[in-house]
Amino acid sequence: MNEETVIFSHELPATPWNPEKQDIEDAKIQVAMIGFCGCWGCHLSFLDMDEELLGLLEKVTITRSSFTDLKRIPHHCTIGFIEGGIANDENIEVLEHYRENCDILISVGACAVWGGTPAMRNVVPLEECFREAYIDSPTAVPGAKKTIPYHNDIPKITTKVMPCHEVVKMDYFIPGCPPDGQAIFKVLNDLVNGSEVDLPADVNRYD
Amino acid sequence: MIVKITIDGQAINAREGDTIVDVAAQNGVYIPTLCYTKGKPCLGTCRTCSVNVDGRVMAACTIPVREGMEIDVNGAEITDMRKALVELLFSEGNHNCPSCEKSGRCELQATGYEVDMMVSRFPYRFTPRVVDHASKTIWLERDRCIFCQRCVEFVRDKETDQKIFSIKGRGTQASIEIDVDLANKMSANQVCEASDLCPVGCIIDKTQGFDVPIGKRKFEVKTIRERALEGTHR
Amino acid sequence: MNKKIQVLLEKYNSDKTRLMDMLWDVQNQQGYISEEAVTSLAEGLNMSPLDIRETLSFYHFFKDRPFGQHKIYLCNTVIAKMGNYEEVRATLEQETNTSFGNVDDSGTFGLGDANCIGLSDQEPAMMVDHVVFTKLTAEKVINVISQLKQGKTAVEIANPEGADSKYSAYINAMVAENIRTESKVMFKAGRDYKAIQKACLDKHPEQVIMTITESNLKGRGGAGFPTGLKWKMGHDAEGAEKYVICNADEGEPGTFKDRVLLSHSPKDVLLGMIAAAYAIGSRHGILYLRAEYWYLKDYLQQQIQDFRDEGLLGKQILGTAFEFDIRIQMGAGAYVCGDETALIESCEGKRGTPRVKPPYPIQQGYLGMPTSVNNVETLAIASRIVEEGSAWFSAMGTDESTGTRLLSVSGDCDKPGIYEIEWGTTLNEVLSMIGAVNAKYVQISGPAGDSLSVSKDGERKFCYSDLSCNGSLMVFDNTRDILGIVRDYTEFFVEESCGICVPCRAGGVDLQHKMERIIDGRGCQQDLDEIIQWSKLLKGTSRCGLGTAAPNPILATLDKFPEIYQEKLIEQKGPLLPSFNMEEAMSAHDLAYKHLVQEDAE
Repeated sequence: MNEETVIFSHELPATPWNPEKQDIEDAKIQVAMIGFCGCWGCHLSFLDMDEELLGLLEKVTITRSSFTDLKRIPHHCTIGFIEGGIANDENIEVLEHYRENCDILISVGACAVWGGTPAMRNVVPLEECFREAYIDSPTAVPGAKKTIPYHNDIPKITTKVMPCHEVVKMDYFIPGCPPDGQAIFKVLNDLVNGSEVDLPADVNRYD
Repeated sequence: MIVKITIDGQAINAREGDTIVDVAAQNGVYIPTLCYTKGKPCLGTCRTCSVNVDGRVMAACTIPVREGMEIDVNGAEITDMRKALVELLFSEGNHNCPSCEKSGRCELQATGYEVDMMVSRFPYRFTPRVVDHASKTIWLERDRCIFCQRCVEFVRDKETDQKIFSIKGRGTQASIEIDVDLANKMSANQVCEASDLCPVGCIIDKTQGFDVPIGKRKFEVKTIRERALEGTHR
Repeated sequence: MNKKIQVLLEKYNSDKTRLMDMLWDVQNQQGYISEEAVTSLAEGLNMSPLDIRETLSFYHFFKDRPFGQHKIYLCNTVIAKMGNYEEVRATLEQETNTSFGNVDDSGTFGLGDANCIGLSDQEPAMMVDHVVFTKLTAEKVINVISQLKQGKTAVEIANPEGADSKYSAYINAMVAENIRTESKVMFKAGRDYKAIQKACLDKHPEQVIMTITESNLKGRGGAGFPTGLKWKMGHDAEGAEKYVICNADEGEPGTFKDRVLLSHSPKDVLLGMIAAAYAIGSRHGILYLRAEYWYLKDYLQQQIQDFRDEGLLGKQILGTAFEFDIRIQMGAGAYVCGDETALIESCEGKRGTPRVKPPYPIQQGYLGMPTSVNNVETLAIASRIVEEGSAWFSAMGTDESTGTRLLSVSGDCDKPGIYEIEWGTTLNEVLSMIGAVNAKYVQISGPAGDSLSVSKDGERKFCYSDLSCNGSLMVFDNTRDILGIVRDYTEFFVEESCGICVPCRAGGVDLQHKMERIIDGRGCQQDLDEIIQWSKLLKGTSRCGLGTAAPNPILATLDKFPEIYQEKLIEQKGPLLPSFNMEEAMSAHDLAYKHLVQEDAE
């Protein structure tokens, strides 16, 4: 594709915020969120903080995330909320971007913490996974040329699904599949209030 | 005979010969364990009960108390060692709690919470381990085996007293094995006991499904720490 | 049931504690231990077949599938690799037409790696069907393999004169003793064993213990436990039976002094066992001989028989009520069996898993009975102390470390071999004795021991309070790759871990990976810090000496040669961690495309 014809969504015209509102939001703690190889369940758990969310949003604002539909981190943020493991080269690139643009990165959920359910493929060589999914797939189109996804516009799959902390430094970890909304709240609230982050045993869950 | 010892500076009178882990629990000090089974021969395999005894690190389940012992359970360094051992187990095997039947009843998981494990400091290894499903009633999920040896030592064929479970190979090549013929002779009750004896979700009773809702599971109702302290865990 | 197995079961009275012997007998008869043999043994011993496999699969040299008519194990230690190891290895693969870990198509040759086989002064060396070939060259390998192909046995090739395996000529045909020093305590010629034993039996057992205690003899295996005290505890322990075990499982890489003691002065060792038995009140002795020393077995058996014939072993020894006899227990390839409790488990026919201590073997050992486990050298020395008295012995060495000890010297020096030194000798003195000119780094007591820098530690003394060497001394000059050596040692501990405890089984692997990361130039200061942290974990929490020693090569070289580590470290640039390997992370997709799509199209 011709480089000049590429338009990124963040370059499209967008309605600016009301300047007053913008100032209020800018004064809050900036949080960017992302989901890598996962199921977005941790994002749902974030919403599961229920009424705690209201209080929290007095102090933080969410920049890039699937909730705001912002596709770029607009400016340096304090907290990066990372869901999902690292499973392709785009994940690596974006995680680097988060590391460079956030002071604190949190691995949220089993996938970010150790690879989680997607990492079940790690005990099988990638080639075998591709073979099963594309070459010997029962749903492959009969007679069609056998191939696997392989194009410049499609991210390349990593040899194994990696926890985020094997790629960049991660500062905090909230295990769980997904973590309870209360666990996410506890960690974010500690950070926002400048207290030492502590996830007590009674809200720490691995499933 | 009564001996005087201290645990974390607290003076304690204990019965000579009782293990440190029991004496500690009787006095309100929780020491995590994974292979220990009260009243059975000590296995000393998991080392998760490591404490500092008179300046030396020792497995609390293997050491009987002696007059004058000074035991450090909750010092920062020894606490971190116990945590590291639990983390080693999580990175060595493939412990995917969301897909595990034992979740909520799993001693490794429950202990992970008690030692405040969020992540393993050791690289997750993802070693392929093959499941053994040949027995009629037992599903052997090797991904989760922590080589505690409980099943190897304590589960026997009722008729011949032969071992039903055993270890093959050594070191990183070791694997848990099940004698299918003997396993198929196990009563439903014995299968249930073996599955319950397994501290993780390695020995799975094929006849049982998920039957307890999340939130009501064994260690959610009462934590492993509470059970250990009241003497009802193992 | 299989007829041969039935005969075997009768031979050992269907005693499951003799499983090691039965497995060896099966393998020696059939070449490997078949499924059928396992089932028959299980039936005869009232064990489940998998229980038999627990033992079988633990040991390196037991094979449960055909591993060639001729089983060839090439020693792959650091010392072996200093010579023309690679050439020998390649030649072996070429001549046998197979690769290491495999058997050739005709089923003639099985090739395997072996850790130290006790021949560090004459590497490269290999074991072929229970005999050994040393100082290998490509030509020698070609010659041996071609003779095997012509139908000669390994024994015929190794021992062309046809010496009887019962006599020392057989051993000397294969290996050199390389004793480089004059006798002080050990290797004394012309001893009158009968007279010495008579004098010993004339004393009260407690007097014998007293003599040993007064001599201040400490165990030569490494731990340095006072021998007199061990015997005293054995004497005082209650037990329906008591046992004496000679630990000849000399597995620490770089050591071979026990091999030379057993071939040159076997009766010193046997006499030491008898003295121990008399002292503690034991009727049964076991000489646990590592499988790598199989070629000493018949010879030692004959030495034992000589003693029986002379009335020094058996019932009513020298006309007294004292009764004692010795059997040889063969090991089957497991370093961890050097741990006395693991060795006892092995003697009982089980996996060589170290026991939980306490209780110690001197209280509850072999078959649950009080057992004195002593090192070969300790026993040989004890036999001399019994003869000459404690004052004679303690006049040698230092006040705290009395007498002499043997060093097995290998590596970069002119005269590798066996040296008897008095305790108190300095490292520099030893280096000049052995002709080590450009020595930079010396590893004492094997990988489990300590790493010395010649420039920093030259004046340190061999003694229990300083360099308490267990006998292995490997010398490396300034051309050697120290990090590579450390990596090999770390890997060795991973391979030899029995796996019973978590820190050693799992943590050892992580240490190994860290070491590889640093050598690959992908490590940073944090990796070094973590190595130290994780080493503490292994040292503190492991169940036996193997796990606690596993971090030693790294920690000790880090202490002595910090610069070689620092040179390898890198700084993090940008957000990606230095340890993150992008190439490795992204390589599989390209390869999969190549294999599944491109090559398929071709």
